[in-house]
Amino acid sequence: MLKTFPKGGVHPAEGKYSANSAIEVLPLPKQVSIPISQHIGAPSKPIVAKGDKVKVGDKIAESTGFVSANIHSSVSGTVVKVDNVLDSAGYKRPCVIIDVEGDEWNESIDKSTDLKKEISLSDKEIINKINESGIVGLGGATFPSHVKLSVPDGKKIDVLIINGVECEPYLTSDHRLMLEKAEEMLIGIQILMKALSVNLALIGIENNKPDAISHLQNLVKDYPGIEVHALKVQYPQGGEKQLIKALINREVPSGGLPLDVGAVVHNVGTAYAVYEAVQKNKPLFERVVTVTGKSVHKPSNFMVRIGTPVADLIDTAGGLPEDTGKVINGGPMMGKSINSLDVPIVKGASGILIMPTEMAKRKTESTCIRCAKCVSVCPQGLEPYLLNRLAQLEKNDKLENGGVMDCIECGSCAYTCPAGLPLLDYIRLGKSRVSQIIRSRKQ
Amino acid sequence: MSATILFTIISLSAIGAIAAIILYFVAQKFKVYEDPRIDQVEEILPAANCGGCGYPGCRGFAEALVKADDLSPFYCPVGGNETMAQAADILGKAVEEKDPQVAVIRCSGSPAHRERINSYDGASSCAISSSLYSGETGCQYGCLGLGDCVDVCDFDAIYMDQETGLPVVIDDKCTACGACVKACPNIIIELRKKNKKDRKIFVSCINQDKGGVAKKACSVACIGCSKCFKVCPYDAITMDNFLAYIDPNKCKLCRKCVAECPTNAILEINFPPKKVKEEKADTPKEEAPKAETKETNENETK
Repeated sequence: MLKTFPKGGVHPAEGKYSANSAIEVLPLPKQVSIPISQHIGAPSKPIVAKGDKVKVGDKIAESTGFVSANIHSSVSGTVVKVDNVLDSAGYKRPCVIIDVEGDEWNESIDKSTDLKKEISLSDKEIINKINESGIVGLGGATFPSHVKLSVPDGKKIDVLIINGVECEPYLTSDHRLMLEKAEEMLIGIQILMKALSVNLALIGIENNKPDAISHLQNLVKDYPGIEVHALKVQYPQGGEKQLIKALINREVPSGGLPLDVGAVVHNVGTAYAVYEAVQKNKPLFERVVTVTGKSVHKPSNFMVRIGTPVADLIDTAGGLPEDTGKVINGGPMMGKSINSLDVPIVKGASGILIMPTEMAKRKTESTCIRCAKCVSVCPQGLEPYLLNRLAQLEKNDKLENGGVMDCIECGSCAYTCPAGLPLLDYIRLGKSRVSQIIRSRKQ
Repeated sequence: MSATILFTIISLSAIGAIAAIILYFVAQKFKVYEDPRIDQVEEILPAANCGGCGYPGCRGFAEALVKADDLSPFYCPVGGNETMAQAADILGKAVEEKDPQVAVIRCSGSPAHRERINSYDGASSCAISSSLYSGETGCQYGCLGLGDCVDVCDFDAIYMDQETGLPVVIDDKCTACGACVKACPNIIIELRKKNKKDRKIFVSCINQDKGGVAKKACSVACIGCSKCFKVCPYDAITMDNFLAYIDPNKCKLCRKCVAECPTNAILEINFPPKKVKEEKADTPKEEAPKAETKETNENETK
């Protein structure tokens, strides 16, 4: 019996077309636009100006607080300007725009591919290094990693959980990383264990990646304290709370953090980035991005420099198919469609999904038939049909009592709704209203 | 038989009488004194319960009025000065006249002016659309056209114009309760002074992009050229983030800025068509405007 979370969940068609495409290094773009806010928390402050020469790995924007992250140049060249550029939601956000000239790396970066197993830094130094390297959660939430590693006084962490679930259909970036960079990733996990001073790390992987599971199971024999667990294929297995419940059977309290149950969760991509930063002195300026879809000519996984326009990735993957309804940043469940292909790849971008018109269409809305399917699939045990209605009626106090703040926005309810109601859209709206109220109450 | 009926009537009447006496004393004991003026004031309020005054319904507003020493911070936008004067009479307090206001839509981006570059198929709500992305056009500031303002209006004073895809305020019905101002996620709607004959001059755009970017997204956008700012004799216009704003309290409706605007972003509404020497004496200081005839945008927004 495979481990899984006990409540709800759905199983959409997997569509992992790019699972067998090895990670390719994407050719350098002509120009990159690197947003100064690619993480949750305070936007960084640009420290370069027009005309400055930068090398790969040079810091171009400084973190402005504890919950913030440094940003490094992903290319070498000249800064054209610091200006507003469209982000994936179509709003203009400040970016550092750099013209690419050659590929000259900062001297301090170790460009060799040799495996470096010895961890020479102390736990404090590791956290500093991760902070300095601008590492954020690469699973998509982009929460600055050093914050998760700085355990507040009085909290005791006893287990590190590594998220290799990749429960979003279509995406394969973490899958490929686990196959191709497994040793680096495992050393990264050891570094994270040292930083947290824990002796146990559990890697959770959905059972639809048997090659990654067996590959890692062979390798972990040399890495004491690290275990690999196969998990049932069930969305949202990769949700932080669901993964903790599935692996160690602990429940994160409402409004609480994994810290409260003695666990810290990091993504496999983050573990790899930590290895690169700590062992090779390489800040986070590139990541693996899947470009996929039913109609894509060459579904691929690319190692992409941050700031590369989405159009470059799609061109390399065989160009935009003629019948394209939506281009989605992320997976089909939680991703959002973008309205311009000039949008730059950011730290949190795990995939670009191209949907044909027919598949991209929303279901026609009808009325709720009270079938309670949404209730049975909600992994958080909420009543989406009710929250949806309360949000429409702006009954904010009832929404709060109904646990709207516990919603993880996985979209299982909207996926399963036979009436095609945009449940998540309204719940998310209600959630943002309630969170504003809660914030104003605290002031 | 008759004895049973008699007995029933007597016993029930006795119970009734005892209950009445108990209830009388309980009512006396727990009597809540309520200022009778609250009822009187509530009587004259419009009973729209729209919340435009900032209180939960007309009753709440009446209570607040009765309690207050000074009526100047209070205003019922629906009833207007007349209602406020009546309320002041009842309460024996003084109240100042306030300028009546009306909602204006600060966006003229109809499909003819503002090209649709993508299509939105999500939930039909401006609030949701704006939380997901910037909208169907290249302008991230403008009207999303999904009608949240129409839904919240209690007075049927806004409708969506099918042709322009923009909301239209019916000035006679608008009570300036401000519900639409709060509902609009892009804060396009503004309450402005209702001048004589409902004449209005305002910048019908809130795009804060640089001129070129704004113009590319919408041909009637404010491009921040500052021409109106320079021409205004009353310092009513301020420029901020490539956007002009006309202060309704300083504007004397001279219409100089309207002719100056290169993108027709400044609208003049309810003015007679411009002709030389025919300007009304609304703005006595001003000489008659130049003969530069510019079409009144009346049809577009009214």
